Parts: sequence; structure tokens; C-alpha cells
Amino acid sequence: MTNYFTYPLDTTGLLRKKRAIRRDLSNRKNLDVKRVAILGGSTTAEIKDMLELFLLHADIRPVFYESEYNRYFEDVMFPESGLKDFRPEIIYIHTTSLNIRRFPALNESSEVIDGLLAGEMNRFADLWERIEQDYGCPVIQNNFELPHYRILGNLDAYDIHGRARFIGLLNLRFSEEARKRKNLYLNDINYLAAWFGLERWHDRLFWYSYKYAMNFEAIPLLADSIASIIRAIYGKAKKCLVLDLDNTLWGGVIGDDGLKGIRIGKETPEAEAYTEFQRYVKELKERGVLLAVCSKNDETNAREGFTHPDTILSLDDFAAFTANWNPKHENIRGIAGSLNIGIDSLVFADDNPVEREIVRTQASEITVPELGSDVAKFIDILDKTGLFETVSLSADDLQRNLFYAGNAEREKQKEQYASYDEFLRSLEMVAEIAPFSPIYLDRITQLTNKTNQFNLTTRRYTLAEMQAIAADLSHITLYGRLRDRFGDNGIVSVMAGVIRGAELHIDLWLMSCRVLKRGMESAMLDSLVERAKMRGLSGIVGYYLPTEKNGMVKELFSEMGFSRLPETPDIGTAWHLDISESYNLKNACITVTP
Amino acid sequence: MHHGNTMKKDTILERMSEVIRDVLDNDAITLTRQTTADDIEEWDSLAHITIIVAIEKEFNVKFNLSDIKPLRNIGEFEDLIVLKTGIKG
Repeated sequence: MTNYFTYPLDTTGLLRKKRAIRRDLSNRKNLDVKRVAILGGSTTAEIKDMLELFLLHADIRPVFYESEYNRYFEDVMFPESGLKDFRPEIIYIHTTSLNIRRFPALNESSEVIDGLLAGEMNRFADLWERIEQDYGCPVIQNNFELPHYRILGNLDAYDIHGRARFIGLLNLRFSEEARKRKNLYLNDINYLAAWFGLERWHDRLFWYSYKYAMNFEAIPLLADSIASIIRAIYGKAKKCLVLDLDNTLWGGVIGDDGLKGIRIGKETPEAEAYTEFQRYVKELKERGVLLAVCSKNDETNAREGFTHPDTILSLDDFAAFTANWNPKHENIRGIAGSLNIGIDSLVFADDNPVEREIVRTQASEITVPELGSDVAKFIDILDKTGLFETVSLSADDLQRNLFYAGNAEREKQKEQYASYDEFLRSLEMVAEIAPFSPIYLDRITQLTNKTNQFNLTTRRYTLAEMQAIAADLSHITLYGRLRDRFGDNGIVSVMAGVIRGAELHIDLWLMSCRVLKRGMESAMLDSLVERAKMRGLSGIVGYYLPTEKNGMVKELFSEMGFSRLPETPDIGTAWHLDISESYNLKNACITVTP
Repeated sequence: MHHGNTMKKDTILERMSEVIRDVLDNDAITLTRQTTADDIEEWDSLAHITIIVAIEKEFNVKFNLSDIKPLRNIGEFEDLIVLKTGIKG
């Protein structure tokens, strides 16, 4: 089944076996239902079908609303459309260059053309504005692909009357808007069409016959791209790339060929290809993807590879390093454990088809792309299916590897202290715990949507929903940021509760696993209790909703002094803490500000 | 000689049937040269487009506007494939 979804996409198979694939994928359990509206400027039927497959593959079961043909504008602007009743959670606006109302005429002045550009821009800005007001949900918007023909030839790219230039400027404006608007996500069909090949993309027969704005075979590619954005919005993107070494990160077998024998550097085309692949991997790390090594090798040999004068990657780049002769699926489970991340957030890259197959069958949660054995294709295979798609680059993403490096340093320190509390105090931890504030909402939402283990309810929120509860007086919200003498861990914990009567009901309590066992959960609860008391509340009700991944917090409420309530939610447990009398502060190791 | 030709025709028809069974996800479908889209419940206008594309891929051909329009039944579709692919009918 997964073979349909790895690069290069089997478009023929996806189109032909669509119904059978959908049947198989729909039968799985634990799918999140999401209401997705597709508003099209051209026919969208096949786009809807393909998007359904890619979302099901990402464990999302979409329910669709589809606008009538080319009614994307009217459906948003006129409330009598069915869109309101549908209550979309995601809106995808599928417009293309064919929906640009008018391109510059050859006799028009530069002022008139500027006006045309502004008019086109404003029409879309009005749409996004209206969606923000009426729905507050994320909008995925196509930009524009280059045109089918160029009446001015090469001049089309730079004369003010050129369509290629007009589209370029419009795309630039869309990018600026997407940076400004929190809920607007661009689907870059300009890149997709170029990658697919413009000549094939512009399939005129399909436009004339069925009003599809693109080649039928490009639709799986488009659907994959939209699904990647949706995965990223809901925190389902991958976090860690686990790499084999021999013939994956360098040519040759270091145990046999020795340091001088492995191929990396500039000497041969093969060595150049491995160098470029290492650079790609290093760039992934720099944008926040964790790297790990899983190699069948003697550890000494494996490490020696990174002392090669031409190596781009160094040992410091890896958050985990496993080189031994144990089965790889076992090692990879160990890596997920040591990094405290879910096993389904790992991607495994290995040139050896046997290793890939073993990992695929023995640990099916791990994504294993069909890497092949041709190093020249490795980058495309990892890059082109949006595995590590991200919707924003937070400061935390750029620093993540530092946190893990800091963790390794803290682990070393731990050994030198008599008691664990003494060690914790030596870390000189300072926490900032305060209600949600606008500048942190991106990070709060991101953390909420990707945290699986220390997460009592695993509820997911869009940015708009977070904004709403932050502003709502019947909610108490808290974020926690933790610094210590090794560095700033950034925002690591989120809590939110709703006041009902004299009690606060905790809807959300989660924490990043990179600060496990640091007492941060105690500091968060102390702050929540303090704020609940200030609001005159007498009790706190907490819920634990079990998932496959949050077993570690099953007894958290009990450990924190809550008593189990007899009446329980459908699945899970409910707990109560009386705060009308005295409450014993639980945090002893962290200084809390403000 | 005649026998050989019939074999070829059956093969094309069988390959078309396989494509259509896949697209419509119904193993019970059997096609004859007289079958039309109206005879098969799942064969609606959306499925029709997918069938055309899947047949193009199966036989590695590309149909143009004037090819598809006049087709009245599977037999004519089969003849079109024979004409386009050069597989002798």
C-alpha cells in the first residue's frame, strides 16, 4: 500500500486503483475526521478524490465540501452558500493562472497595469479577509503557474505587458500576504508545475474537454502537496531522519575500504553526489529536523567516517548515534526512545533494500522511502513528498539541535551529583509561566499539535482556536518557557482550562519530552492553581484521555494529588483536586517568573 | 490466420476489461464489444475521464478530442486502440 505514496509517485496506479486504495485506507482505525472545503476555479472532482487518498494515508479522514464549478469567490462572499452550514476546518482555494481575470493589454500604460495587479490581488485579499471573519480557519491557497504560451517570447518575462512577468509579480504579492496573514498557507503550484514540466502540465485537451486546469497525471502531485501542508498544520510532519552510513552517507564500506577508501568529496562524480547528499541532510538539520545514525558497523569504524577531510556532516550533527550489529528496527525503536519522540515521526533512509523491508515490516509506523541505490536520486526521494513539510520556521526549529546537544551535556552532569534534586537545583532553572500571549501563539499551537507523549488529552487546535481561547475570559491559559544554565529550552509546556461553575476543567495539558523529569509539570500546576484561586474557584478537574502514545502520563493526576472521580468520560479517566483549602506547592527546583 | 487475429482482439478487450474493473473497483464487470457506459452502473462522467486516462496509460497512447467523442460502445473503443497502437486487429 505505501508504495503508491513514496517518490516517485505511482500516478498510474493511484488513478487506476483509486477506489480500492480508498477502501483499504478507510478501513483503518484512529483516523481524525476533518471538514475540508475545496473551492475551485476549475474542475476539482479528481483533486478531491486524490486529496482524500493522501489524507487517509496521513491518518486523516476528510469530509469534503466542493464548490460548484468556478464558484470559489461566490461561495465565500455570499452567506447563502452551503459553506456556512458545512463549518469548514480547512479551506483549500484551487485557483490557477486560468482564473486571472485579465492580463495587461499591449497598449496599456504602466499605471493601468499596476492597477490590474492591485485589482487581482485585492480580489483574493477580500476572500481571505472574509474567510478570516466568518470561519477563522486555515486557508490553503494556490499561487499561479507560468502561462501556457508567451506572446512576447522571452520579452514576456520583463516587458511590463508580459504575462510571465505579471504572474511573477502576483506570486510575490501572494508571498508577502502569506507572511502577514497567520491563517494563509500557500500551495506553490508555480514550483509544482515547473517540476512536473510546464509542457505536460498545460494539457489543453483536459481543459477544453473537462475544464481541468492541469494534466490529470499532475493531480496526485498536487494532492500530495496540499496534504503535506495539512499534515504540517496538524503537527503530523516527520521530526527525525535516521540514516544508514555505508553507501548512504558515503560511497563504499568503511569497515572494508577504510577511511581513505570511502567516496566523499570532489574527486569523482560519485564522491560529489555523496557530498551533495550530506549537504542536503545538513540543511535539514539546520532547519530543525533531528538526525540519527543507524548503521551495521563497529562503532569505532562508523565514527571514523566523520573524520574524513571532505565530510560535510560531523558527529555533533547527530542527536543519536547507533552503530552495532543488532537488527535495525530494534535500534530505531531505541533511537525514538532516547530522543523521546514518537516512532511514527521517524523516517529511515537506507540504500539496502533488505534493511528497508525489514524495518517496514517489523516497525510499520516508521516511514521508509524507496531510497534505491542511486545516490544521485536520494535528495529527490526525500525532498519531493513533503515528509518534513513545515508551515513556519519558529526560532525553536532553528535551535532544536542545540537543545539536544544541551541535553547530552546535562546527562553528563547528572552523574556528578549526590541526589537528583541536587542535580536539578544545580541546573539553575528559571521558568516563565504566563497566560498565552500573541507573540508566542504560533509556537504554542505548534507544540500543542505535535506533542503526543506528555499530553493528557491530545486535543489539537488551529491557530485561530488558540487565539479565541486566549481572548476568552472563561478560559485560563498558560505557557511555560524554561531556561537553565546550559541554555534556553524555549516554550516547552502548555495548559488551558475552561471555567464551569466553581471549577476549572483542564482541556489541555502537555509538555515537550525534552524537559521530562525536570519538575516543570509541578511548576505549571502550581501556577494554574494560583490563578484558579485568584478567580475564586474551589476545584480543578483533570482528564486523561488515553492514546497509543500517552501512557507515560496515565497516573500523572494521581501523582499530583488529584483523586479519581467515579463518573468518567467515555474513554479515559477524570480527576479532581480540591483547592478551597490549602494547596502544597509542588515545585522546589525551578524559579518561576514573572 | 483468422484465429490469430481473434486472439489479439480478445487480448485488447481483456486488458480493457481489467483496466475498467480496477477503475470502477468491481471484479464482476465483463465487457463485450456491445457494452456501453450506460450498461455499467458505476460508469459515470467522472469515472469516464479516469477510464480514458487509465486506458491511455495501459496502451501507451494519447487520444485527441476527435478520437473520443464519437465512440458509441466498447467495440468502437477497441477499434480506436487498434488504430492508434498499431496492434493488428
